[in-house]
Amino acid sequence: MAFFTDAAHKEINYEKVKKTTLSFFTHLFLAAVSLSCIFPLWWAFTSSLKTQQTVFNDLSLFPKVPQWGNYIEAWTKANFGLYFLNSLLYTTTVVLGVILIASMAAYAFSRLQFWGKNFLFLLLISTMMIPIPGSFIALYVLLNKLHLVDTRIGYILPQINGGLALGIFLLKTFFDDLPKELEDSARIDGCGRLRVYWHIALPLARPAIAVLAIFNILAVWNEYLLAMLVLSNKSLMPLQRGLMVFQGAHITQYPLLMAGIVITVLPVLVIYLLLQKHIIKGITAGAVKG
Amino acid sequence: MNLQKIRKVLGNYIFVLPALSLFCTFSLYPFFKVFQLSITNWDGISPAMTYVGAANFKDLFLDNPVFWLSMRNAFYVTFLALTLQNFLALGLALLCDRDIKGGNIYRVIFYLPPVLSGIVVGLIWNWIYDGNYGLLNHFLNFIGLGDLSRAWLSDSKTALFAVAVIHMWKGFGWGFVILLAGLQSIPRELYEAARVDGANSWVVFKSITAPLMIPVFILVSILTILGTMQIFDIIIATTGGGPGYHTEVPITRIVTTMISSSKFGYACAMGVVFGLVLLAISMVQIRVSKMMRQV
Repeated sequence: MAFFTDAAHKEINYEKVKKTTLSFFTHLFLAAVSLSCIFPLWWAFTSSLKTQQTVFNDLSLFPKVPQWGNYIEAWTKANFGLYFLNSLLYTTTVVLGVILIASMAAYAFSRLQFWGKNFLFLLLISTMMIPIPGSFIALYVLLNKLHLVDTRIGYILPQINGGLALGIFLLKTFFDDLPKELEDSARIDGCGRLRVYWHIALPLARPAIAVLAIFNILAVWNEYLLAMLVLSNKSLMPLQRGLMVFQGAHITQYPLLMAGIVITVLPVLVIYLLLQKHIIKGITAGAVKG
Repeated sequence: MNLQKIRKVLGNYIFVLPALSLFCTFSLYPFFKVFQLSITNWDGISPAMTYVGAANFKDLFLDNPVFWLSMRNAFYVTFLALTLQNFLALGLALLCDRDIKGGNIYRVIFYLPPVLSGIVVGLIWNWIYDGNYGLLNHFLNFIGLGDLSRAWLSDSKTALFAVAVIHMWKGFGWGFVILLAGLQSIPRELYEAARVDGANSWVVFKSITAPLMIPVFILVSILTILGTMQIFDIIIATTGGGPGYHTEVPITRIVTTMISSSKFGYACAMGVVFGLVLLAISMVQIRVSKMMRQV
């Protein structure tokens, strides 16, 4: 009897040691990978606070005399303030446009009857499946024809279109799962289709709209290719394009370039940290279900 | 009555009209226009364009080694992303799937690079790789491997791999999050039952986790392939395709052909061929996935 308890006791201890060691190395590895994710960003930030003279040799993680003035210079002289406001304008417009247009269409596909419904739905979401890597050439040609090259509207409209497929798909699925009773009773009270959509369906769809908004905010804020093709006037450029222009013109002004990067990244970082649960839920729900 | 019904149905179309008109203008029209332009020699400016039949395609297949080199480069990066990046993502996901402390913090951190833009990531890594002041060289000097230091992005031996590392750094967190969600959807009872039967970790992974994860594996690999083949922003922000053509990828080739050489027709032909390659890859993937599900 004593022998058995003793053996069992030893067994447990051995297991425990093994578990703690394993857990220690697991965390060590995960922490190392985490560090590799954060360090480049921190390095960009800390470099943005050094001077042009010290930036190449001062390897400290935080400079002794942080040059916050770099940000003022980046914001005004290097035009990053202008680019920032442009990015803000584009992102807001595109996201509002996508939400409005996609939710209207999604509502119709989910609730209303009209001829060719299924065909039109498949047509609209087909762009999610088929990559056409050359179509930006034809898009540029089209914008040129419509005199929309180097205009804000020429940069905004294609991006609203770009967000529609995912938006319609996401919101239609959401509306499909929504009980119809509320809308029915509103209709009996004499509400028209548009009012039912606007006052009842749309507010109910808030969670799905939030996911859609986050994805489009990130996509538009980070967009580069279209900005490169369509916008050559500095006063119209968003941040990503502005960064490339700045680096092309002043390749060695690292502190200012890094300040521009921080200005570009900071809003994304704030949104991400505030809404990371929804973002991660959004990508995983779509991926694991689909 | 009948008229009212017709009006009602027409009214329903108003809901889809904005979406449909944007879609037709900015998706459908460019889609067909690409095919039309691909058989012309249009320069993008002159009002006249001549139809040249299959000449663009013939030249592309027979006389354009740089385009195929760019394709090869993209395949190389894609191969690395499929193997290194996804294995790292899977390994991390398996570690975090155990109930470890702080799992959520790791998830938040790993998904940080994927929310950044390719431009920002490229510009930051430019400096890490810099030949004179780069962090990587400083680090190599520090640990006594200074001989290895070089200008990583302008050395033809290392440029493509260096770019691939940036791409994988930006991408692994995305794979990690999806794979982890897949792992967490596996019922815990299955693991417990296997443990009771005395199965070790490898057997559990091989006979429970892996088979149930096949759909997720396939999804992650399709999206990794399609995403990596179309890599562009990181290249533009770092090497611009150089040195020489060592980091050229299909999209940079298409953009250069279009903007710098004003060969719009030819660029469209490149787009069509590249699109067909991507389509073929996803078809093969879907076919393979069906076969694996039957087994």
